Amino acid sequence: MMDDMRLVERDVEQLQSKIEAKGVQVHYGDKHALKDVDVSILDRTVTAFIGPSGCGKSTFLRCLNRMNDTVASARVSGKITIDGEDIYDPRVDPVQLRAKVGMVFQKPNPFPKSIYDNVAYGPKIHGLAAGKVELDAIVEASLRKAALWNEVKDRLDASGTGLSGGQQQRLCIARAIATSPEVLLMDEPCSALDPIATAQVEELIDELRSQFSVVIVTHSMQQAARVSQKTAFFHLGNLVEYGETGQIFTNPKDPRTEAYITGRIG
Amino acid sequence: MSDATAPNAMPAANPAHKKSSLFVQDALTRRRNRAEARFRIYGLVAIVVSLFVLAIMLFTIFRDGTSAFRQATIAFPITLEAEVLDPKGNLDPEELSKVTTIGYGKLIGAQFGNFLAAEGIAVDGISNKDVAGMLSRDAPGRLRDMVLADPSLIGQTIDFSAYATGRIDGYLKGRVTMETAELDSNVSIEQLQLADILVEKGILTVAFNTGFLTNPDASDQRPESAGLGVAIIGSLYMMMLVLIFTLPVGVAASIYLEEFAPKNKFTDLIEVNISNLAAVPSIVFGILGLAIFINFAGLPQSSSLVGALVISLMTLPTIIIATRAAIRAVPPSIRDAALGVGASKMQTVFHHVLPLAMPGILTGTILGLASALGETAPLLLIGMVAFVTNYPAGPLEGGVMDPATALPVQVYSWASRSDPAFIERSSGAIIVLLGFLVIMNVAAILLRRRFERRW
Repeated sequence: MMDDMRLVERDVEQLQSKIEAKGVQVHYGDKHALKDVDVSILDRTVTAFIGPSGCGKSTFLRCLNRMNDTVASARVSGKITIDGEDIYDPRVDPVQLRAKVGMVFQKPNPFPKSIYDNVAYGPKIHGLAAGKVELDAIVEASLRKAALWNEVKDRLDASGTGLSGGQQQRLCIARAIATSPEVLLMDEPCSALDPIATAQVEELIDELRSQFSVVIVTHSMQQAARVSQKTAFFHLGNLVEYGETGQIFTNPKDPRTEAYITGRIG
Repeated sequence: MSDATAPNAMPAANPAHKKSSLFVQDALTRRRNRAEARFRIYGLVAIVVSLFVLAIMLFTIFRDGTSAFRQATIAFPITLEAEVLDPKGNLDPEELSKVTTIGYGKLIGAQFGNFLAAEGIAVDGISNKDVAGMLSRDAPGRLRDMVLADPSLIGQTIDFSAYATGRIDGYLKGRVTMETAELDSNVSIEQLQLADILVEKGILTVAFNTGFLTNPDASDQRPESAGLGVAIIGSLYMMMLVLIFTLPVGVAASIYLEEFAPKNKFTDLIEVNISNLAAVPSIVFGILGLAIFINFAGLPQSSSLVGALVISLMTLPTIIIATRAAIRAVPPSIRDAALGVGASKMQTVFHHVLPLAMPGILTGTILGLASALGETAPLLLIGMVAFVTNYPAGPLEGGVMDPATALPVQVYSWASRSDPAFIERSSGAIIVLLGFLVIMNVAAILLRRRFERRW
């Protein structure tokens, strides 16, 4: 067991940092939701954010693709860079950023359109496909990566909302990866799914790691332990501890982390 | 924990609870059940009362109004004598138009008298004037229009059918009787006796009245030829223009307020004022329209354009409120999804939010239009209550600038006339108006069904 952990650790150390956050603060009106978060998220790695409800993990996730911009009262300060570029720089258009940083939400939210249109929407608005043939190829590749192709290939014209919950969530993942993002953010992607669908999505996350940097917010510590290589524990707006998943769950340095993973707070 | 003692303390404090049976209702439950039963009865009574009132209203309207859709006409052959209608004998249109309706009236009266004599129909003591007076005063005008449109008819004998006057029409529908005729200087007993004979002979018949839907308004002396033609055209023009004016502006304003506008004191103020505008009495909009569109902008009064502008001002708040509600009802997860794949704010709105809000927007718009269709007060102020006998031109020939009336205004103006025949027409016009409203509401339901999507 310990040997495995060390192997993973060595793997991780060779990878480059994808996202760097320095002193990130988020205020919602008067509420100080996120306090001075420093974190370095690696490329081709699954990073899990865990913590009790209202701890700021989703808030931080939504900072990474500037979805907090849509909340009128939210104020973000500090610095977040992706590949060394500050995403809060005034020159950055959030629309371009979000093509690079895809997002999957807690509740499956396919558009009330056909399965094909759901996946093709991103590539279409970003002009990623030169024609129908290329677009078809992107749709097929995305659905294959999302492990949904075999289930829906005969009914691409059917409505995306007619799929089961797990299929809908995989459709949303396919939609997110269709724009070829570099980072994939997942906000509790399995909280609305049954155990079988959850297992499918988790397996998928593990496969996606080979191409993307995946950041997943989860309430389930087992899930964090299963899918992630790095884990960050948030508590009351603070990033309490960040490290190798194995280390966080077996040998936490901070007493609050220990209290949470043993079920005493949360 | 300190709570641990509580469960033990409870039964001691309230021993009655322990013995209660589920089969026996306690006093509190009985009281609550009675209150619920009372509330149900109140609701039922309210619904029954409102249905009863509605039924009475519809019953009176249909009782008084359906007869407007039937009209008595007198059919007889008429010889268009050339020496009367074309004294110079050259069929010159200018010469023909010199013969006025008085000339035609004399011709029709004489011909009708001759026809009755030839048929051997006679009533003791009836004057020639009374015989001719059974025909509508509208008949000479219509015959003249026919001849001027086709001068080759001169010299021929044609089958002509003229409206019977309002009193004769009323006699056949039961509105006028021998008793009322005695007191009425507009109709004589002999005329009614003659009418009976004509009905027997099949010369005087009652049939469906297309003229009620197509004729323009007519003066007090000839209710039988008054119709809703101009009012229907005016109402249609206004509805089209209101749709053109309000839908784009209302939807654009709603989208901006709901999706783009910053939330601050100023936008709050705008929101409150839009809601207040919807509650402003409509007559105020009429005065506003009179001052701005007619006196200041110099647009023609009585025109459907001005009517549409005024009604647009009134309908706009309704449409904005309905559209904003529809936009707000689109689940935020759809916006997140679109923004998450990198759609811009505008793409999110136009590709996803608006299509999903469409059923609500269309329903709100059609219901707004339906209430605008029944709007009367502002139209009175801008002169649409005028007596208009000329049809407005086609919509592309500037017909919206021509004087017109509207259906509810026509109801109002007929209801205020003295001849009882106009009361019948007023109710008939209400039926037509209700028909339009039903059509619009059905359209709203169908559109909602058509566009509704699950998410």
